[in-house]
Amino acid sequence: MIIGTIFMITACSKEDDVAPDFEEKNLAPLSIEFDNIVGDRTFSINNTGSLYTNSNGEKFSISMLQYFISNIKVSTADGITYTVNQDSSYFLINGADRASRFTRVRVPEGDYTKLTFTLGVDSLRSTMPVDKRTGVLDPALGGGGHDGGGMYWGWNSGYIFFKFEGNSSVISNDTSGDPTGKKQFKYHIGGFGGYSAPTINNIKTITVDLTNAGIARVRKDRQSNIHLFVDIMKVFDGTNRISIARNPNVMFSEFSVNIAANLTEMFKHDHTEN
Amino acid sequence: MKRKHWTVIIFFGLFIVACQKDDAITTEIEKWLGFVKPAHFPEPEYNLQNNPVTKEGFELGRALFYEPRLSRNNTITCGSCHIQSSAFTQHGHDVSHGIDDRLGTRNSPPIMNLAWNKAFMWGGGVYDLDLQPIIPITAHEEMDDNVANVMNKIRSLPKYQAMFKAAFGSEEVTTARFMKALSQFMIMCISSNAKYDKIIRKEPGFSFTEEEEQGYQLFLQKCASCHTEPLFTDNNFRNNGLGISPINDQGLYNATLQETDKYKFKVPSLRNLRYTAPYMHDGRFLNLNAVLRHYHEEVVETPNLDPLLKGIKLGIELPESDRSKIIAFLNTLNDEHFINNPLLAEQ
Repeated sequence: MIIGTIFMITACSKEDDVAPDFEEKNLAPLSIEFDNIVGDRTFSINNTGSLYTNSNGEKFSISMLQYFISNIKVSTADGITYTVNQDSSYFLINGADRASRFTRVRVPEGDYTKLTFTLGVDSLRSTMPVDKRTGVLDPALGGGGHDGGGMYWGWNSGYIFFKFEGNSSVISNDTSGDPTGKKQFKYHIGGFGGYSAPTINNIKTITVDLTNAGIARVRKDRQSNIHLFVDIMKVFDGTNRISIARNPNVMFSEFSVNIAANLTEMFKHDHTEN
Repeated sequence: MKRKHWTVIIFFGLFIVACQKDDAITTEIEKWLGFVKPAHFPEPEYNLQNNPVTKEGFELGRALFYEPRLSRNNTITCGSCHIQSSAFTQHGHDVSHGIDDRLGTRNSPPIMNLAWNKAFMWGGGVYDLDLQPIIPITAHEEMDDNVANVMNKIRSLPKYQAMFKAAFGSEEVTTARFMKALSQFMIMCISSNAKYDKIIRKEPGFSFTEEEEQGYQLFLQKCASCHTEPLFTDNNFRNNGLGISPINDQGLYNATLQETDKYKFKVPSLRNLRYTAPYMHDGRFLNLNAVLRHYHEEVVETPNLDPLLKGIKLGIELPESDRSKIIAFLNTLNDEHFINNPLLAEQ
């Protein structure tokens, strides 16, 4: 018995990767990498020379991709969940800016088997006073309009959660397509459920199980990175099949819930770098 | 005492009197009362604790309100479509015209008693005054600029550097400061000094004429359930039975996508109607007679028509004999002090 115990202690001390005791204040760095892909291909902006093709056979190029990731939480195998301080938990991933793909947070040292985050901006933050809308949530960011890089809808005080634009020759030149003749598709997906009266809610909570592709071992002396692939093709080829020709513009409408549902299927855990 | 001495004393005395008078006048002008809730008004909806009105903040907000740099080509100010002499509307225009004379689709609403507003815009969607100015600044047919660009223009001007410092302690121009300053000016646009208000406050020398009193009684019976005193709006969104416009503006529905919100628009206040014609969200009625005739005989049963307009017949019984009395009462809601208040004017 005594020998056995000694043996175990020895084994433990040898194993330098044992999970430290969970302590809320014992914070260490963790990043989650949102690595955009398109089906079987890497993601690129303005890929007009080498178009992507969705399952409807519609060829398209991408001119803009931006989305909000917020409210990051991690859980241990024992079921302890840590929520990142909310004020430090809003990120804007911009497809045109590779550096923006990392969301960097601080969580207690530990081994995490589960990751949870919000695609979009929670309803509470969406109704907060202007003082609380700083950083990526500043309504003036990108100009404060929904044209260009703006991620804020002034007319309903809400954020665009997921903004995806591009071009496809399948788009008609009439008002049901793109009357400017530029053959653009625009998907601006938002809707936080309404300020005082209810409306559509496209806020999506995503949970990723890390056990198969590698748990996150968060320690002070290293940078654990949970590497996710974000498959943008799922916008078209998720549970709901979306045709660019039939729905080239989806913004604040009932139809947007179909795309929002597809967005939850984009995230796949590829591996973790510990 | 020699005569010379008397002269000196008299002169001296006069001087003191003159001085005191001057001081009194100076004090009167410089006295900053801040945001004062009119005695007969309810508690404001606006969160004043998060943005207390200061003299410096108000003055900055006023400067921004009348600042053409808020628009793409530096031609349009907030005051272009919200003109004080028209009770901060664009009198005479069914829909307002903004930059390059582009036309919008709605009648510009008054900047008036906004501290008591729960929702903004004819079709809702905005529930915080601090977030409202983003819409006109970015709207294609209004100012057609973007907020970041506007703030850059403001930042570069020494005048605003000094004003931001005075109002907020440093020269830094942030979205929050910019919006809060505008709100400070806008919530100070209080209309509470019409004849009606003086009568309600029982100020000596004010009373309704017989016709106004009859009109008031008719108003209480037939209008007051939506146009509630003393703000003359219940802050709700209702479908008042207007025939659907050629552009099919669906009002609140656009912001909520709820079937039950189709064709509902914000109930406007009835204050200062003398200065704010034409009426309705699209300015379709040129005068009050047309408005009252609408309620009497032109109400259309469109989706979500307000139940209060569905009695034995559609609309509200408002024969011609009633209309002149009601209009006489409505005229007691015109607030000359408000439209002439120098504090609210472009400086």
